[in-house]
Amino acid sequence: MSSTHELSKMRSDELTPDLFEKLDRDDVRVDTVSRASLTAWQDIRMRLTSNKLAMFGFFLIIVMVLLAIFMPFIWPFDHYTNNLTNTNKPPDAKHWFGTDDLGRDMFERVWMGARISLFVGVAAALIDLVIGIIYGGIMGYYGGKIDEVMNRFAEILYSIPYLLVVILLLVVMEPSLTTIIIAMSITGWVNMAWIVRGQVMQLKNQEYALASKALGAGEMRIIFRHLIPNAMGPILVTLTLTIPNAIFTEAFLSFLGLGVQSPVASWGTMINDGVGGLFYYPWRLFFPAIFLSIVIFAFNVFGDGLRDAFDPKLRK
Amino acid sequence: MLRFISGKFLFMLLSMFLLITATFFLMNAIPGSPLQGEKATSEAVQKNLEAYYGLDKPLIVQYGKYLENLLHGDLGISMKMKFRSVDKMIAESFGPSLRLGITALITSVVVGCILGILAAMHHRKLLDNLAMTIAVIGLAIPSIVLAPTMQYFLGTKLGWFNVAGLDGPLDYVLPTIALASGPIAFIARLLRSTMIEVLGSDFIKTAKSKGLSGYVIVVKHAFRNSMLPVVTYLGYLTAGIITGSVVVENIFAIPGIGKHFVTSIIDRDYPLIMGITIFYAAILMLTRFLADVAYVLVDPRMRSGGKVGK
Repeated sequence: MSSTHELSKMRSDELTPDLFEKLDRDDVRVDTVSRASLTAWQDIRMRLTSNKLAMFGFFLIIVMVLLAIFMPFIWPFDHYTNNLTNTNKPPDAKHWFGTDDLGRDMFERVWMGARISLFVGVAAALIDLVIGIIYGGIMGYYGGKIDEVMNRFAEILYSIPYLLVVILLLVVMEPSLTTIIIAMSITGWVNMAWIVRGQVMQLKNQEYALASKALGAGEMRIIFRHLIPNAMGPILVTLTLTIPNAIFTEAFLSFLGLGVQSPVASWGTMINDGVGGLFYYPWRLFFPAIFLSIVIFAFNVFGDGLRDAFDPKLRK
Repeated sequence: MLRFISGKFLFMLLSMFLLITATFFLMNAIPGSPLQGEKATSEAVQKNLEAYYGLDKPLIVQYGKYLENLLHGDLGISMKMKFRSVDKMIAESFGPSLRLGITALITSVVVGCILGILAAMHHRKLLDNLAMTIAVIGLAIPSIVLAPTMQYFLGTKLGWFNVAGLDGPLDYVLPTIALASGPIAFIARLLRSTMIEVLGSDFIKTAKSKGLSGYVIVVKHAFRNSMLPVVTYLGYLTAGIITGSVVVENIFAIPGIGKHFVTSIIDRDYPLIMGITIFYAAILMLTRFLADVAYVLVDPRMRSGGKVGK
């Protein structure tokens, strides 16, 4: 039974002599603390920076953001001028990622798409954050009847399938970047609100909150100055992991033709365009597809690293 | 426990009702009549058409009629494909979608669980790292990227699979991978983290000290107790597979509901959009409800209160 062996090796609690080391009495300094004393944030930063995969994700995010901001300024082509004598060209020295069916430079379009994807991701996550903190903070702090009613409302919103609501809203509204973000935020904030609620409920009876109350601090001050900052860990993690979801949702909606309208193109739109000509012009699919995957990957591994760093159970 | 389940059931009905209402009024909020075509029609024809579709009555009457029809399973008539009823279109295209969906669901759970268990049992060793690398890649590559990429390399370049259709068993391979890769990754990670925690708990030590074999410990004790999060996830898994199927059916030209859904959105065929939305929502809420019931049945703490169950 190799698995028994594995198990016993994994959880071996036996004390064998080789685990012990003989120390001279003079070498032991009981009066000094050998490990540097760290504040909570220092500890979290240390654990995060020592996580190679998470730092790699962070690096990728920074690079993508910088490229998305600056590349469109540097690159000699723009994303909207058609050049019908130069359509569907494979990548070469002039057009690094080739051109699309209207002769537009794909390299430029990929970075303009990056702007949209990153903007949608961050904007949707921030709106979720604001609504979630206010709603969840109030739910968690007041509790009782207020919590019950507000929670029921959130539950009902949550029970309606997210993407179906977003699709319905976009069918009705004029498709644009703003409408996509609004549609995504209408039900997207519920998750964040629940995270905040749970944290606030747990924190509100701790001594420092009670002390602040005893000193006569107002409720809003207690919620926003004491409880929310202390609940920042799980909030940050949820925020980071919301971004790739929002980016994916935007790509999905653009794929359905409900995204931003031409000549602006997000990665989802470009992928959708690319699928049609896949067998003849594969580069039109692959470049936006690769960058979409990289960004989703980067935010996911960074978010995971952040969660591990904030988890006291994983502390060594 | 019975109270818990009936509560969940009522909640499901309430959500469903709200979604139907929201769908109806949203679709009616769109300016312009869906009957205004590019060709000018005479007043009389327009009136006739409106009467035929019941659009001449006040909104609240239309709403009542819509609800009444829904109870009979009548979802109205498609506006682009004249004389075809939406429920017939859904019924006809449900077969391929269901077969593909079930295949993807089973694949996700089975492969995801196997990867998760292997990773937990070999925690911080080669197999664990391997499984988790697969999982991270699976999470990062969305179906709208994976499906066309596989179609291009495995279908066109290597010629191993058909690039379109759902005729033979081999045709299921690529769409299933495209649908299941994300959920596999999610389940594997979920199961791994819970199982590592469970394997460290006291009752596993007890089981080990009783001399049970590793296999029995993992399958009967650790796995059973790590399953709860996976069971909860099943409802969301269905949502993910439905979402994915919309993309995958289009890319692989599978004549399922997802394909109709995209066409209906492009055509702005409102009755069809409404019908499919409600149909999807019904499936989703039902699976979520079943997942809740399964949770109660699996969780021994929930069982102790009621008489139902074991």
